[in-house]
Amino acid sequence: MSDSYSTTDETTDSEAANSTDTGTEARRPGETLDETTPSIQEIPERETVIEATDLTVHYGDVEALKPVNVRLPEQEVTAIIGPSGCGKSTFLRCINRMNDMVDAARVGGELRYRGTNVYGDEVDPVALRRRIGMVFQKPNPFPKSIYDNVAYGLKIQGYDGDIDARVEESLRNAALWDEVKNQLDSSGLDLSGGQQQRLCIARAIAPDPEVILMDEPASALDPVATAKVEDLIDELAEEYTVIIVTHNMQQAARISDKTAVFLTGGKLVEFGDTNRIFENPENQRVEDYITGKFG
Amino acid sequence: MSDATEGADLSRAGSDIPAGKNLAVRGVFFACALVTVLTTFGIVVVLVDGALGFFREETLFELLASVGAGILAGSPTEALEALRSGLAARVTVTEFLFGTEWSPIIRPRSYGILPLVWGTMIIVVGSALIALPVGTATAIYLSEYADRRVRKVIKPTLEILAGIPTIVYGFFALSFITPLIQRFFPETGTFNAAAGAIVVGIMIIPMVSSLSEDAMSAVPDDLRNAAYGLGATKFEVSTDVVFPASLSGVIASYILAISRAIGETMAVTLAVGMQPNVTLNPLEPAQTMTAYMVQIGISDVSVGSIGYQSLFAVGLLLFAMTLAMNLLSLQIKGRYQEEYQ
Repeated sequence: MSDSYSTTDETTDSEAANSTDTGTEARRPGETLDETTPSIQEIPERETVIEATDLTVHYGDVEALKPVNVRLPEQEVTAIIGPSGCGKSTFLRCINRMNDMVDAARVGGELRYRGTNVYGDEVDPVALRRRIGMVFQKPNPFPKSIYDNVAYGLKIQGYDGDIDARVEESLRNAALWDEVKNQLDSSGLDLSGGQQQRLCIARAIAPDPEVILMDEPASALDPVATAKVEDLIDELAEEYTVIIVTHNMQQAARISDKTAVFLTGGKLVEFGDTNRIFENPENQRVEDYITGKFG
Repeated sequence: MSDATEGADLSRAGSDIPAGKNLAVRGVFFACALVTVLTTFGIVVVLVDGALGFFREETLFELLASVGAGILAGSPTEALEALRSGLAARVTVTEFLFGTEWSPIIRPRSYGILPLVWGTMIIVVGSALIALPVGTATAIYLSEYADRRVRKVIKPTLEILAGIPTIVYGFFALSFITPLIQRFFPETGTFNAAAGAIVVGIMIIPMVSSLSEDAMSAVPDDLRNAAYGLGATKFEVSTDVVFPASLSGVIASYILAISRAIGETMAVTLAVGMQPNVTLNPLEPAQTMTAYMVQIGISDVSVGSIGYQSLFAVGLLLFAMTLAMNLLSLQIKGRYQEEYQ
């Protein structure tokens, strides 16, 4: 197990501000990576929703996530990119404790949601997940009607308003209403893949969460459906904090405000404004990855 | 290296088994597969043959023989006469199915099978009341709640439960369950329907739980994650998502378990007794269709007598019931399978 992440302690609030002296300019791939501090490059102008402090994940003896220190801003789209197996989905699943479902997963460090450590003893993951919606890689509507799919979250969360109205609103926000308004009683599985994914997005936003996690939400879709989902994510960011994992760098560049780059080994290597990351990454490996030299 | 122009030699796979031997192997396998088909066919023929001897004067084969003799003798009238006398009614189907008195051996005789069907139904309903809820809950526990270590203990235990000979269950009912019931209801007889229903219920729990758990485990994790991601509790995931998605498999398991309860023999013969009885009181003795067949099978009724032939009539009805159940189960499984794909 790696013993070389003690340097990550330096990322305190003040010195992270505008820090450009992390000394990454001359590093070559594979050389001194462990010293590269996954530092917070800029203080987000917006308020922090998710803050990870030395967050680690082990699957059994395998270290899936090296200590991550990052703060994700509210009402922005944060893209998490990186090659396969880099831990980006693992990080995402830490946020709403979906890793709890994996028997062998052990989480270390802290992950704060609005200041509360979600791995604290008093935290009920069910309550957490009601604040943080999730959309998955493969469209996974329930084998129920379109209406029931969207209404399910409202029902289990004891929503006491007008469910019909909320279902319609969610479907509208997911840009699906016009396509399904006359078939709300037919099965969600009868829809096309792209429609199913938008249905899943409607389902996720119906209970009005604050944060929406998306795990490669367009990777199973064709280009047209992908474009629709991307437009949708853009709109969602007006109301919600969106954190999206994607292996598609163009997608990340198109839709995100902030980008976090994980590289092989489960290490968060760079985080910052998307434009800056794509135009002028500090880390050589990130540049190599973004320009397609590996990954 | 062969020349490209010659083409690759694909005539032999390199194995030295001659083609004839392959054919022979295929034939042997086919014969083995045929055994089950022929056996099923044979059983149906025997049941129909014997049952005809219950409803008519002659069994199917007797009838064929006597009519055949007439034809061979060149006398169509003789053959017709044989057919007529052979088909003379003994017991009408109406009496058999709708009569309420069952006494094929002891005079005054009557042949209404209702008391036996009733006995079977008491056991089926009683055992289902136990096995379906307990089996379903067990399946949900194993599929959704149990961690690997607990599952490692419970699953083999259930398999052991399923492997216990049914006669042992019968002894268990007689020597443990009935005395237990008697402690609370002293008027309970040595033979009673309740003990039989309980013991059959326990017996079929593994069928329900293991087949249902297979169906539940086959529900994709994607669906569970979707619900968990919305803030569903484990209970909500189990009842709102996993159970409905696996419903076809669960119902198929119910039907197979019920079918097994219908056909269950030794345990109910021992526990419930041999007294045809139409009663709602589970503390009274009764007799199931299967127990009646045991009774006749080991008794000294003479071959060809109405009592002996009744064995086949009851057997045929029993077969029809379990067959219907199994077909229904296949139907349900086929129709609703993979709905979530």
